Amino acid sequence: MEFFTISMLNGLSYGLLLFMLSSGLTLIFSMMGVLNFAHASFYMVGAYVAYSIARLTGFWPGLVIAPLVVGALGALFERYCLRRVHRFGHVPELLITFGLSYVILEVVQLVWGRTAVEFQPPEVLRGPAFTLVDSSVDGLRIVFGAAPAALCASADAAVRVVCSPFPATRGFMMLVALAMLLALWLLLTRTRIGLVIQSALTHPDMVEALGHNVPRVFMLVFGAGAALAGLAGVIGGSTFVTEPAMAATVGSVIFVVVVVGGMGSLAGAFLASLLIGVVQTFAVALDYSLAGALQGLGVALSPAAAGNTLLKLTVSQVAPILPYLFLVLILIFRPKGLLGTRED
Amino acid sequence: MAANVYHFKPWNVGRVIVWGAFALLLIVLPLLFRSNLALTMLSQMGIAIVACLSYNMLLGQGGMLSFGHAVYTGLASFIAIHALNRIGAGTLALPVSLIPLLGGFAGLVFAVVLGFVTTKKSGTPFAMITLGIGELVFAMSLMVPEFFGGEAGVSGNRMAGKPVLGISFGPQIQVYYLLAIYTFVCTAAMYAFTRTPLGRMLNAVRDNAERVEFIGYSTQRVRYLAFIAAGFFAGIAGGMYALNFEIATAEVVGAGRSGAYLLFTFLGGAVFFFGPMIGAVLMVLAGVLLSEYTKAWLLYLGLIFLFMVMYAPGGIASLIMMNLRVAAFGKLRRLWTSYLALGGCVLVMLVGAAALIEMIYHLQLDAALGPTLSFMGAELNAHRVDSWFGAVFVLLTGCGMFELTRRHFAYEWGEVQREIEKEIKRRETL
Amino acid sequence: MSHDAASAAPRYAVELRDVRKSFGRTEIIRGANLAVKAGERVAIIGPNGAGKSTLFNLISGRFGASSGEILVHGKSIGGLKPFEINRLGLARSFQVSNLFTRLSVFENLRCAVLWSMGYRYAFWKFLADAKDANDRTDEVLRMIKLDKRRDVLAMNLTYAEQRALEIGITIAGGAEVILLDEPTAGMSRSETTRFVQLIREVTEGKTLLTVEHDMGVVFGLADRIAVLVYGEVIAFDAPESVRANARVQEAYLGSVLAEAQAAGAHA
Repeated sequence: MEFFTISMLNGLSYGLLLFMLSSGLTLIFSMMGVLNFAHASFYMVGAYVAYSIARLTGFWPGLVIAPLVVGALGALFERYCLRRVHRFGHVPELLITFGLSYVILEVVQLVWGRTAVEFQPPEVLRGPAFTLVDSSVDGLRIVFGAAPAALCASADAAVRVVCSPFPATRGFMMLVALAMLLALWLLLTRTRIGLVIQSALTHPDMVEALGHNVPRVFMLVFGAGAALAGLAGVIGGSTFVTEPAMAATVGSVIFVVVVVGGMGSLAGAFLASLLIGVVQTFAVALDYSLAGALQGLGVALSPAAAGNTLLKLTVSQVAPILPYLFLVLILIFRPKGLLGTRED
Repeated sequence: MAANVYHFKPWNVGRVIVWGAFALLLIVLPLLFRSNLALTMLSQMGIAIVACLSYNMLLGQGGMLSFGHAVYTGLASFIAIHALNRIGAGTLALPVSLIPLLGGFAGLVFAVVLGFVTTKKSGTPFAMITLGIGELVFAMSLMVPEFFGGEAGVSGNRMAGKPVLGISFGPQIQVYYLLAIYTFVCTAAMYAFTRTPLGRMLNAVRDNAERVEFIGYSTQRVRYLAFIAAGFFAGIAGGMYALNFEIATAEVVGAGRSGAYLLFTFLGGAVFFFGPMIGAVLMVLAGVLLSEYTKAWLLYLGLIFLFMVMYAPGGIASLIMMNLRVAAFGKLRRLWTSYLALGGCVLVMLVGAAALIEMIYHLQLDAALGPTLSFMGAELNAHRVDSWFGAVFVLLTGCGMFELTRRHFAYEWGEVQREIEKEIKRRETL
Repeated sequence: MSHDAASAAPRYAVELRDVRKSFGRTEIIRGANLAVKAGERVAIIGPNGAGKSTLFNLISGRFGASSGEILVHGKSIGGLKPFEINRLGLARSFQVSNLFTRLSVFENLRCAVLWSMGYRYAFWKFLADAKDANDRTDEVLRMIKLDKRRDVLAMNLTYAEQRALEIGITIAGGAEVILLDEPTAGMSRSETTRFVQLIREVTEGKTLLTVEHDMGVVFGLADRIAVLVYGEVIAFDAPESVRANARVQEAYLGSVLAEAQAAGAHA
């Protein structure tokens, strides 16, 4: 039971992180028609910049400054590079962001090295947020913070106690993601600039004709998207690992999220992020294989079949490819995506 | 019927010359460059040419941006290696020289299966799907060790079959000539494809997918068939790879390789047929030679790619063709001084930038070797201010001069283009 | 494309039966009825926003109708994709020239010819050897008077030339039902007159539906005129009758009709 709860929470937090990233990606795509291949690279830069700032002044200033730095980087890129290829069409736009991801990777490796760096979360977030203590005698209890060792180990052999901690970093991740989601929603629906953005999403020419500086809006949106990715990077980098490969690992997953959710749909991206986040988190923890399942059902397997690699594959081994399987399935059965509206 | 009608179909002399020269080049190059390194590189170029041309069937001819082309070359390589091993074990009676063709059919089958799902969409979603499938296959490479050989990959021996006419494919030179034959035939086949109804409709789909539907063609079917054709030739490249390297590891289906195909095909020029061939040659040169000279080669590549996308999206081939057009109108002489000035400034700029980059890389990666590094014959000390200052100075000077010469060049170029336009209009009225 | 015995041929080339189309909650076409005889030239006119382009999009398969039936040569086209409808013998042009930008004029036309000549997805034949396709392409090239611009890329043509190529692509496949969406849009008076003559020549013997705003063109070209107002066909008759129709006059409130009367006076 605790396993389920904790895994569910972990999965949701991972899904929310994916959404932090894919929302910026979807916004940029909806508005400018360009799928930012370097989005995950902005994620990585956010983590590294926050790491450097954390070494100087601490985590919390880094949490604020790093997204701003990444946002500025994104805005500059849009202004000087992306805008120039806009008239060549969508393929060159995608290509230039692809090139950017290459260059960012090299520069990051140049400045911070090719191995992972120790980006620790701040003191206050280092332990568990709460612990679920399941005792066969006392039942299920929630203890805030870490459960004392005495509680988790029972002197009496007959009493079984299981302690499942929920990391504070994960909780913080959920908090920031939800806050960001709320702020985004408020911005888009309640402010004037949000209104302009919403209209520029579908009718950029008309908005420009009305006197709004649409190129500047584009620059802002791209910069904001990059800043969101940077923020996600600060959180993700401190929770998971900060290394040059982090862009590649999460990069392909968020593209899958965007296609599965339906290109251009924020709600779809939200749904797909949570779905993939939860499924992957559960999958990584499960050790069942098809062979094991069949044997459990009483199906007798010949020695050759029992030894077959595909049947012996456990769910946890298959976990890395689950998002891509999702992608293929969605394409076969529902090419528009879960909540897709925009047909390309 | 009038039996006295004389049908005159003149030989296309230009075409014969070009293809003849290509064949001649393939035959003669290893005799001119005899070193082992040169031979290996030439063989690799042959493989790369077929791979990049197959990629351009999608990108340049079909407007389909794929981030996962290595799936087809790579999987075909694995099939080819397994076949090679079966030939060696005696369970498969296939001449070794036909292994690339087997790879081609493997590529074809995979393209039929995976392409059905992939070509359901176009444009950006298509690109994302190819990315996803590429990651899928790469991730599976660790899960199925029987086929992918796990960490070490699968190796084979190309001297597996019985020698035919004394050719055992042991020495590299024999492999080279086999690969050269495949390169020539595949290039010719892919060129021929562009002159068929399917090839032309593929271009139409690239230019205006919507209109194609209104002239009776199913856009999705055209894309699917082109995808299969590209998969076939990609498979041949994969088979050639297996013969040449005698090993296939997971990285042959990896994102890095797909990215390389994209980068170099685009660099060479996706708009013209021969562009990817230039890109393929550069790919091998960069991978083998440039990576030896400098650790920063990937950074240089990325920066060059960025510049190309912004300023010359037609690639090197388009630059060549533009200048050929200028030359055809006799205006090249006017530009050569501007080109010289431009080239000089670019060189200065690059030297400054490269010095900086090399010093940074040296500090990061080779710090154990001490602070000095040799750069283009001169010695730089990464710990001393004057080296840094010198590099920055050279870079800034180069940038400044570049900006000046660039403006002048742009003006001259514009003038020339205007004159050419006028000339074209004049000739039309004749 | 099937030339069965005339007695078995359907009565109408294009038929619309109570066709409705909504985009979201907005109903654009509200029960349109039309029956065009084979070989007829019909002009569809109406105020802006009446749904003329939408109607064309419905007939050519770009959108699907929300309800009602559309028949081409007696066959219902509900659920068919544009290329399937085209293979039944219906071709359309676009209001904004929809060409193959990087192909030459000749190549543009040849692409439009290929399917009707049976070349399908052939990759084992060379285009250079496709004599019938090349001859037909040359023929169409001459018809639209662009033979001097044979090898010019489509994106380098002038506006009028692009419109001519647009029509060329539409008729090249030999379709019997031709839909022209505002073919003379943006042209000067002299260009228009020349263009109308071109349209008359290339659609000789075929069924023509054209959306037009220029009343001079309409009255000079059409056998019958259909008036579309708020998604309904309120009149479908010979030009004179339409001009005199009270409902039509009411819908147009004079200005366009005045132009028509002026054009009619010169006809």
